[in-house]
Amino acid sequence: MSEKILMKGAEVLGEAAIKAACRLFFGYPITPQNEAPAYMAKRLPEVGGTFLQAESEVAAINMLYGAAGAGHRVMTTSSSPGISLMMEGISYIAGAELPVVLANVMRGGPGLGGIGPAQADYFQSTKGGGHGDYRIITLAPSDLQEQVDLMYDAFDLADEYRNPVMILTDGLLGQIMEAVEFKRVKDPATLKAKPWAATGRKGRTKNLITSFDLDLDGLERHNQKIQAKYALAKQKEVRFQDFHAEDAEIIVVAYGTMARICKTAISHMRSEGASVGLFRPISLWPFPENQILQLAQKPSTKAILVFELSAGQMVEDVKMYTHDIKPIHFHGRTGGNVPSPQEVIEKIKAVQKEVR
Amino acid sequence: MTDGMKQIFKQTPYLTDTQRNFCPGCTHGTIHRVFCEVLEELQLLEKTVIVVPVGCSTLSVDYFEFDTIQAAHGRAPAVATGVKRSSPENFVITYQGDGDLASIGTAEIVHAANRGENITTIFVNNGIYGMTGGQMAPTSLIGWKTETSPYGRKASSDGNPIRMSEMLSQLNGPAYIARTSVDSPKNIMGTKRAIRKAFQAQIKGLGFSLVEILSTCPTNWGMNPVDSLKRIQEETMNYYPLGEFKVTEGL
Repeated sequence: MSEKILMKGAEVLGEAAIKAACRLFFGYPITPQNEAPAYMAKRLPEVGGTFLQAESEVAAINMLYGAAGAGHRVMTTSSSPGISLMMEGISYIAGAELPVVLANVMRGGPGLGGIGPAQADYFQSTKGGGHGDYRIITLAPSDLQEQVDLMYDAFDLADEYRNPVMILTDGLLGQIMEAVEFKRVKDPATLKAKPWAATGRKGRTKNLITSFDLDLDGLERHNQKIQAKYALAKQKEVRFQDFHAEDAEIIVVAYGTMARICKTAISHMRSEGASVGLFRPISLWPFPENQILQLAQKPSTKAILVFELSAGQMVEDVKMYTHDIKPIHFHGRTGGNVPSPQEVIEKIKAVQKEVR
Repeated sequence: MTDGMKQIFKQTPYLTDTQRNFCPGCTHGTIHRVFCEVLEELQLLEKTVIVVPVGCSTLSVDYFEFDTIQAAHGRAPAVATGVKRSSPENFVITYQGDGDLASIGTAEIVHAANRGENITTIFVNNGIYGMTGGQMAPTSLIGWKTETSPYGRKASSDGNPIRMSEMLSQLNGPAYIARTSVDSPKNIMGTKRAIRKAFQAQIKGLGFSLVEILSTCPTNWGMNPVDSLKRIQEETMNYYPLGEFKVTEGL
């Protein structure tokens, strides 16, 4: 099946997971991602899979823990307040080294917030979110085709690193419709065996899935093993896109929906001869720290301007990784508001004036 | 072995030889032996996956010879749901204490039971938090002095002890619910019979099964092991009557 289909963002999350050989979904209703569980409730039985609506997000993430512990590809989707409820379980999943895939269709917060698009869960997703030393591999698509491709990779990364992988998207990407193509289809029968899984001890000794160790040195060794995986992920899994950033005076940094709007604004400004480019992190963790530093170090770079649908979260990483060697500006909107390309152009022009 | 003598008893090979870290006089060991003997009878070593959440039950990660998943506090029924729904061929057990099942994990146990998840829960009720050092549990009896009810539990401020088996037996999902005790050889045998029925319910695919077992905590009750067993007979059983609360047709 390699033809373009018009689909809604939340449904794309589900179909892409099925194409990536996922046959299990546990979730709980929350706006603006309800189309994803509804799609899976209908679609999974058609491919011999299982959908279950859990009694809460707390239960849903623990169902993922059980299914992943038993060696199966499994996923959930939720939105900001629901992801907060899952954080205990995500910490256990990282601690027990289980592969699961999550999607956070971010909405405005804090608290109940609203249902408009936001990017205010950047800290939660990239800095761990729950208790203990762990990281979630976090991938941020900026259109629905990229969402398809990243979802496919997310399952492979989860299996490879035995760690949660988060597709960090938002209420806008969850609700829009775009034409997408599912170029790759994986058969669950072809997946690599997971000899560590709790499947019943046929022909082997007991398997134990746990994050628990009362021995201080034992637990430290376990943590060192997890940290070694993260060091490897930082080397191998960095993803980003560069749009006219190589020679630009002003480097705009944005991801997801915000990057998409910035791209429109920058295309317009470039056509008028402005020296502005976009650097778009795709992997938010691991962050493309060397790439952003190299851009900042270029003599042509005069200033960096970070746009986010938040009060300023990723901008802290940009500052940290560029060591503040160039002036860093920030523009953010919150509450579910999304800036227009015109608003972005005005901000870029204001920074241009300051640079000169 | 001396000539002419034959071995008439040995520990079930379903339990490991690891040193146990339970307190002296604790009845967890008895319960482990009983349900592992039933697993052995049913030859379930290669199918069993047990989920142990948080509390003294966590120590069990090293005690069973079959596959084990350690879960978050109260979440074992959700984890077991994930295992069973993804791997229906496995025999899935949760092993939970009363703080775990009747307090922090009430939502998970109620909904797993209500869905009729084809899993078995072994619910160890000693009316107190053991691992954390003797705090009041939702199952502590009125008047019991604990670390967090130093003047004795009062219904007016602390609520009443919760009868989980009676409550869960009101649902349509469960196939088998019983309360037993390990205070005496007779009741230990009764516990074994109830566990056998609960496991049969899962083998036959009849739905959720649970055995609540009245247990002791000599350390945190501040009693010796013998007096602790007497307390079950004289106090606990009066509030938590033994018996079968739900036996579905076909079991």
